[in-house]
Amino acid sequence: SPARELTQNPLQKTWEPYDNGLPAGHSAQRGVCMTNCPTLIVMVGLPARGKTYISKKLTRYLNWIGVPTKEFNVGQYRRDLVKKYKSFEFFLPDNEEGLKIRKQCALAALNDVRQYLSEENGHVAVFDATNTTRERRETIYKFGEENGYKTFFVESVCVDPEVIAANIVQVKLGSPDYVDCSNDEATEDFMKRIECYKNSYETLDETFDKDLSYIKIMDVGRSYLVNRVMDHIQSRIVYYLMNIHVTPRSIYLCRHGESELNLKGRIGGDPGLSVRGKEFAKSLAEFINEQNIKDLKVWTSQMKRTIQTAEALGVPYEQWKVLNEIDAGVCEEMTYEEIQENYPLEFALRDQDKYRYRYPKGESYEDLVQRLEPVIMELERQENVLVICHQAVMRCLLAYFLDKPAEQLPYLKCPLHTVLKLTPVAYG
Amino acid sequence: KVDAERKKTFVLKMPMELTQSRIQKIWLPNDNRPALPRRSCGPQLANSPTVIVMVGLPARGKTYISKKLTRYLNWIGVPTKVFNVGEYRREAVKHYSSYDFFRPDNEEAMKVRRQCALAALRDVKLYLTEEAGQIAVFDATNTTRERRGMILNFAKENGFKVFFIESVCNDPTVVASNVMEVKLSSPDYRDCNSTDAMEDFMKRINCYQASYQPLDPDDYDRELSLIKVIDVGRRFLVNRVQDHIQSRIVYYLMNIHVQPRTIYLCRHGESEFNLKGKIGGDSGLSNRGKKFAFALNKFVEEQNLKDLKVWTSQLKRTIQTAEALQLPYEQWKALNEIDAGVCEEMTYEEIREQHPDEFVLRDQDKYYYRYPSGESYQDLVQRLEPVIMELERQENVLVICHQAVMRCLLAYFLDKSADEMPYLKCPLHTVLKLTPVAYGCRVESISLNIEAVNTHRERPEEAKKGPNPLMRRNSVTPLASPEPNKKPRINSFEEHVAVSSALPGCVPQEVPTQLPGQ
Repeated sequence: SPARELTQNPLQKTWEPYDNGLPAGHSAQRGVCMTNCPTLIVMVGLPARGKTYISKKLTRYLNWIGVPTKEFNVGQYRRDLVKKYKSFEFFLPDNEEGLKIRKQCALAALNDVRQYLSEENGHVAVFDATNTTRERRETIYKFGEENGYKTFFVESVCVDPEVIAANIVQVKLGSPDYVDCSNDEATEDFMKRIECYKNSYETLDETFDKDLSYIKIMDVGRSYLVNRVMDHIQSRIVYYLMNIHVTPRSIYLCRHGESELNLKGRIGGDPGLSVRGKEFAKSLAEFINEQNIKDLKVWTSQMKRTIQTAEALGVPYEQWKVLNEIDAGVCEEMTYEEIQENYPLEFALRDQDKYRYRYPKGESYEDLVQRLEPVIMELERQENVLVICHQAVMRCLLAYFLDKPAEQLPYLKCPLHTVLKLTPVAYG
Repeated sequence: KVDAERKKTFVLKMPMELTQSRIQKIWLPNDNRPALPRRSCGPQLANSPTVIVMVGLPARGKTYISKKLTRYLNWIGVPTKVFNVGEYRREAVKHYSSYDFFRPDNEEAMKVRRQCALAALRDVKLYLTEEAGQIAVFDATNTTRERRGMILNFAKENGFKVFFIESVCNDPTVVASNVMEVKLSSPDYRDCNSTDAMEDFMKRINCYQASYQPLDPDDYDRELSLIKVIDVGRRFLVNRVQDHIQSRIVYYLMNIHVQPRTIYLCRHGESEFNLKGKIGGDSGLSNRGKKFAFALNKFVEEQNLKDLKVWTSQLKRTIQTAEALQLPYEQWKALNEIDAGVCEEMTYEEIREQHPDEFVLRDQDKYYYRYPSGESYQDLVQRLEPVIMELERQENVLVICHQAVMRCLLAYFLDKSADEMPYLKCPLHTVLKLTPVAYGCRVESISLNIEAVNTHRERPEEAKKGPNPLMRRNSVTPLASPEPNKKPRINSFEEHVAVSSALPGCVPQEVPTQLPGQ
């Protein structure tokens, strides 16, 4: 039988087969199918070991690269059920009432996991709880199997008292549990809370758990144990977890100075800076000097306007082609008026779905995200970085850091001559 | 006084004046400041040179990992070379007699082996300090703390970073299989039969067992940067990854596997633009191209593969080709043909007429040459890296792509340098079947016997003298994994199989139709 005819999707410009004039069921994928069956990520570890930090960060990353992910924090379910937290005694191993409630919360969360993965098109669910006993992990693993999910455990192990104390200060003192307590009271209570878990803590074991898929993170990333990575998404997750760190630092994002084409209202191209753009570059140099940043790395695209801007700083910089502005294809160097005149359909389509819209012979925001992923990965590895880029590119990067969904991404405000300074704090 | 003058000049003149390099289209400052290390594609992959130190008993895959990793690093543009101490030993001791050489009480041999290790380290130093090498892979057992301590001191003296890769495997089936795959054919055993060789080798392994001190990241080796690969990748222990390149190395090692499988590379069927001699664009298949698609379907069926994945680009011609297979396929934008920028949809004549300078430049340095508003082969390699990574994870895959893209992928599998890559022969209507074997890749070229135009342009005579170093100011030339110092290359095997048994009447050579200007 003859091969099916292809038709080009007007929005994304992808070629899809059709039967009798209707698009056939075959979807044009952006890249590798990252998940075939849903994945359940199970956090493991004593309190204040960074489980929620990892859960939220990983969820943010996966969503940004296009894998629908959601976290389920059992502590949150507990707070919803037990309106007022009294003390660490709730967590005592012999508190039967407490145990019952906690198990109930875990099951409620798992139920929501099932709904998300099996009914709401979720691909990855992150089950954020201590999960420190084999018994609890066994329950969860069985749940995963019954529902056809792959299970991947992420354990955080840390014995350094300084790290734990710092975690408590960062995220526990401000918890709703301790809203009526002084810092000292809260810390004391929380330390006792951790003790409640210690006796029954069964860490993931080389022999007992040899058939499970997991990563064990030790001492905030000094070392890792990785067992039985099953598929692409688990491999990506491991790579991500191994690149993130918690050292304080700042990321500066800005666009190139105003360009000659900006002045003419034209998009794209490879123009140089306008007079005002050059002024901005000099001001940026002053600003950076004043910030007195230790070991600042400066990155630009390979377009003249970002490089000219960096040149004014008088420091070494690196050019990344993947930081180039979105390719507007046939619309390059046009004004929006000209686009509307010459390509009225394209103009309308872009407003319909600005994230997925791909310029003819050009790119979409969705394409940008894929090409920027290595930049994000390297930003995670680095410490102080200034990224001098472009409007669409900056929106993509910003959406990653601020956890903005695809619908909002193309509309994030990134004006010229404005620097965004990002500093990690607590969970965000 | 001169410096003050220079500084004054710098402040007075307009900063931010840039010129675009002619071949790579990189914007560089006009003044002749000593070139700050600027890389044209991505982060500084490595600043201090790194020595990768393999650790493990014989037949644990150290050389396999060394060679594969070296191939990958060179392909992504990081100059890397393997230093295999066994080869130094073979050079020093012309004839291998038996495992007795490796007995721990054989003082004479111990002396020779130590000399070989030192000789190899001397060459490592030369490579990293004087030959622009970035990474040296020191491939030996390195099973004692004493030996590793010696290497650490050597590295410290020279300002090199050290990263250990240990392969631990106690599964006797795996060990035996490794011995079969790569040891029996070693020069050491050229005069032995398989049984004798196997027996001797097992005794050789035994010589190392008693003194083997595995890496101990929990205690003794907790300050070292290392990865322990356990049971051929079932499990990994990673300690203190220091920098970007070590992170990439870990990621790569965690994605490779040793399952037998086959990778098929081919281009889309002949397209309408191919017929017109036009490059780029997004045209559909010609009639002959459609015939090829059906022939490909038949070919794939006859290969009788378990679970074949099919990948295409997002350009119509590869997708049309895949459609004929009636199998699910995945579209990768990263597999799109090289973007010819302003030259898209032109014939080579038109390019020569309308962009004569560009036409000449491209032939001068085809790997680094970037089309105006387009891409270079170097850009392609960067965009194809995730494809390679996923190919390593997968098993049987058919990649339906394009000429330049296929050349890049092929260069990775066959360990071809940047210089050779743009001239690799990837004709239309021909499938390349790649099978991992021993330390490399066997390639079979199978023409499906459907006529097509020839889109291959040979390297012009004038450009044959090699890349001009002056034009490579800001980038490092990726090399094919360099010749190991004391041994002829055994790392890639190329076979052009004359006849594919799959199709009757199949001929090895394409039947070219020369177009003017090709």
